Amino acid sequence: MARRVGMEVSIAISEAVKLANVDVISAYPITPQTHIVEHLSEFVNDGELQSAFIPVESEHSALSAAVGSSAVGARTFTATSSQGLALMHEIMFVASSLRLPIVMSVVNRALSGPINIWNDLSDIMAERDCGWVQLFAINGQEAFDLTLQAFKIAEDPRVLLPVAVNLDGFILSHVIEPIELLEQQEVDQFLTPFKPVLRLDPDKPVSLGAFGSPDVYIEVKKQIEEALIGSQKVVTEVWKDFNRLFGRNYKPVESYKTKDAETLLITMGSISETAMMAVDALREKGQKVGLIHIRLWRPFPFKEFLQAIKGAKVLAVLDRALVPGGVGGPVGLEVKSALYGKDTRPYVAEFVAGLGGRDLTVETFIEVVEKAERYAQKQKDFQYELIGVREK
Amino acid sequence: MAKIDALMPWREVPLGGAILEPGNARKFKTGDWRSNIRPVTDREKCIKCGLCWVFCPDMAYAHREDGYFDWNSDYCKGCGICARECPKEAIQMVAEEE
Amino acid sequence: MIAQDLKEFKKFTPKTLPREEPLVSGHRACQGCGEVLALRLVAKAIGTPMIAVSATGCMEIISSPFPQTAWDVPWLHVAFENAAAVASGVEAGLKILMEKKKIPEKSINVVAFAGDGGTADIGLQALSGAMERGHNFVYVCLDNEAYMNTGIQRSSSTPFGAMTTTSPAGKLIPGQTTWKKNMPAIMAAHNIPYVATASPAFYLDLMNKAKKASLIKGPAYLHVYASCPTGWRHGSDLAIEVSRKVVETNIFPLYEIEEGRYTVRKNNNPKPVEEYFKQQRRFAHLTPDMLKFIQDRVDRDYQRLLQMEALTNPAAVKKEEPKEEATG
Repeated sequence: MARRVGMEVSIAISEAVKLANVDVISAYPITPQTHIVEHLSEFVNDGELQSAFIPVESEHSALSAAVGSSAVGARTFTATSSQGLALMHEIMFVASSLRLPIVMSVVNRALSGPINIWNDLSDIMAERDCGWVQLFAINGQEAFDLTLQAFKIAEDPRVLLPVAVNLDGFILSHVIEPIELLEQQEVDQFLTPFKPVLRLDPDKPVSLGAFGSPDVYIEVKKQIEEALIGSQKVVTEVWKDFNRLFGRNYKPVESYKTKDAETLLITMGSISETAMMAVDALREKGQKVGLIHIRLWRPFPFKEFLQAIKGAKVLAVLDRALVPGGVGGPVGLEVKSALYGKDTRPYVAEFVAGLGGRDLTVETFIEVVEKAERYAQKQKDFQYELIGVREK
Repeated sequence: MAKIDALMPWREVPLGGAILEPGNARKFKTGDWRSNIRPVTDREKCIKCGLCWVFCPDMAYAHREDGYFDWNSDYCKGCGICARECPKEAIQMVAEEE
Repeated sequence: MIAQDLKEFKKFTPKTLPREEPLVSGHRACQGCGEVLALRLVAKAIGTPMIAVSATGCMEIISSPFPQTAWDVPWLHVAFENAAAVASGVEAGLKILMEKKKIPEKSINVVAFAGDGGTADIGLQALSGAMERGHNFVYVCLDNEAYMNTGIQRSSSTPFGAMTTTSPAGKLIPGQTTWKKNMPAIMAAHNIPYVATASPAFYLDLMNKAKKASLIKGPAYLHVYASCPTGWRHGSDLAIEVSRKVVETNIFPLYEIEEGRYTVRKNNNPKPVEEYFKQQRRFAHLTPDMLKFIQDRVDRDYQRLLQMEALTNPAAVKKEEPKEEATG
């Protein structure tokens, strides 16, 4: 029987990794991911988790070692943030190209510079194109659930791609939330042991990581692309399975009070819960406002997104990362790209806010909705607006 | 030739660009690289020491039952190490017929 | 640290060399490549079952042109600087899977191969980490003294004075200005059980060291001299000759460091360094002053090695210069 406890979200994630019975944890500490790897090392040293804990000497080596262990068929986990993720960048692409089902917690933190340990999504956005499946948790329960699900998604023979589970640094990682933990027995029904399709085995030698000439590079990439696009189907199946067993239902795009909404806020990550409060406040006042938040970021669920925004006249996108040079934010770009070919398009107002951990309050969202509607009325033509910058 | 083999449809590319057949580089005859010069062993002088086999970077010598070594024209690149190192100067680099 | 199988290991002799070829013909190495020969001999000596991990470099490129592979053993290549980190993951993965009974218990040699660039420069961090953590694997540095695969650029392993494309013999600065980085000493400072230098010309010594490295529990480091006719500008038939001269001149002495104890191959009447340089055009521009500098330093470094041996391994029997191998 599942039990509900108040637990720091980082610890909950370690519990999920333990329940998944990982074989290898390759770990390098970086704020605010540290509690995850610390707690995992405690499990290992106390004999509660039979796992090889490799205390590597950098994040680049953390992911490299993870590639090595996954290639021999070991269920492998790592975690990082910000600069650590940036340091892994080179290997991120190799991990997906080699089709290795590594699971990584990304505890989202701003990228330097200036050096900043607080939360925004710039770290994962810099890895947008690496070919990993990318999911976003909005609260502790989701962080726990998505981590468990990630293994099942990654290891599915139709996917065989690494999965990044994103959660906001400090705002989620370091807070105590009510988490319904699952029992080992229950998890074992959901997640079976890893059965690699290809592995390094002296009895069946294969060469992984061969040199790919122009004659073959595109074909390999096409295969990965098809796997990534196709992974959405697997993600949906896994979520259905999870719902059936544990009663929690996940969708690629979640809707909150969108039924007759004219204006929709669009968010990712934990700010979604703050945004929901703003929606509630505005609804009190009779405004037809709703929220959609995106849980499955890669592959981008175009169909579900377009379905979710049906009927809305104004979209107010709140990005937590900047695509510099006057462009906007990554989510905004995706939204606009999804809408480009459509006959009827809502007005899209793009806002970038909360960079480097600048707090986003209910008031911020109310302001964003107000601005979006005002701009829509004027049909203001603009790329994006950076919210909260001190002018004087 | 590797170039031609690589032109497979995307669905047929092994997972992640893996190569499933170990040692299939054997299909590639590097002997074609020789510029008409090849080693020839004088069996009269040969003492079956095996250094030609030891020192060949292309594994172009093979043991024979009688202790001598067979030269493999398919892979020999004509580098001349074997001729240089043979302690009895039993191997000479000579011009090839064709 | 020294395993029982090591004690039982009967050294290779010319008549008992392993016939197995973990690397097969058909690879795309240059004519007369000393590096692929070194790789072949090391892999042969270590033997199967083996999982090989390569860093980006000549050996990786020439052995894996998709869809062909020259590897007859399982092989993984990831990037340039992380052979040691990837090998750490392979080793740890295998170990835990066997502990958890997910794969049958078996002794599998994990061997990382990298060039001097992928070891002493960009690969140094990952190597240091792997050695410090004590993974049970063999790390083989195939040292051809420059970044050969990308076109002969200098590395920290390029010898003093050598011409490379980024340390050209110019009018103002004549070639490489720094001395070769001492990788074996750096590895020994990590207190790993086994460090050794080897040269393909002394093939029995090389193969015995490689086998020993694989039998010892814990990390082992082999620094193998690997000649490059293309980058060093010498004849394609001279691989073994230069590999022999480099040892005979004491430029690349052969020694082992077992748990901190040095055992040095004695070479008390070394050939003058010019004997080695004259066959390679990368040294054609060396001035008499440079030659003297090099000779003095080589002599001094060799003496220092002998002092390390006397200090750490007083029990080492004073050997005569070993009988010349059949190489003559």
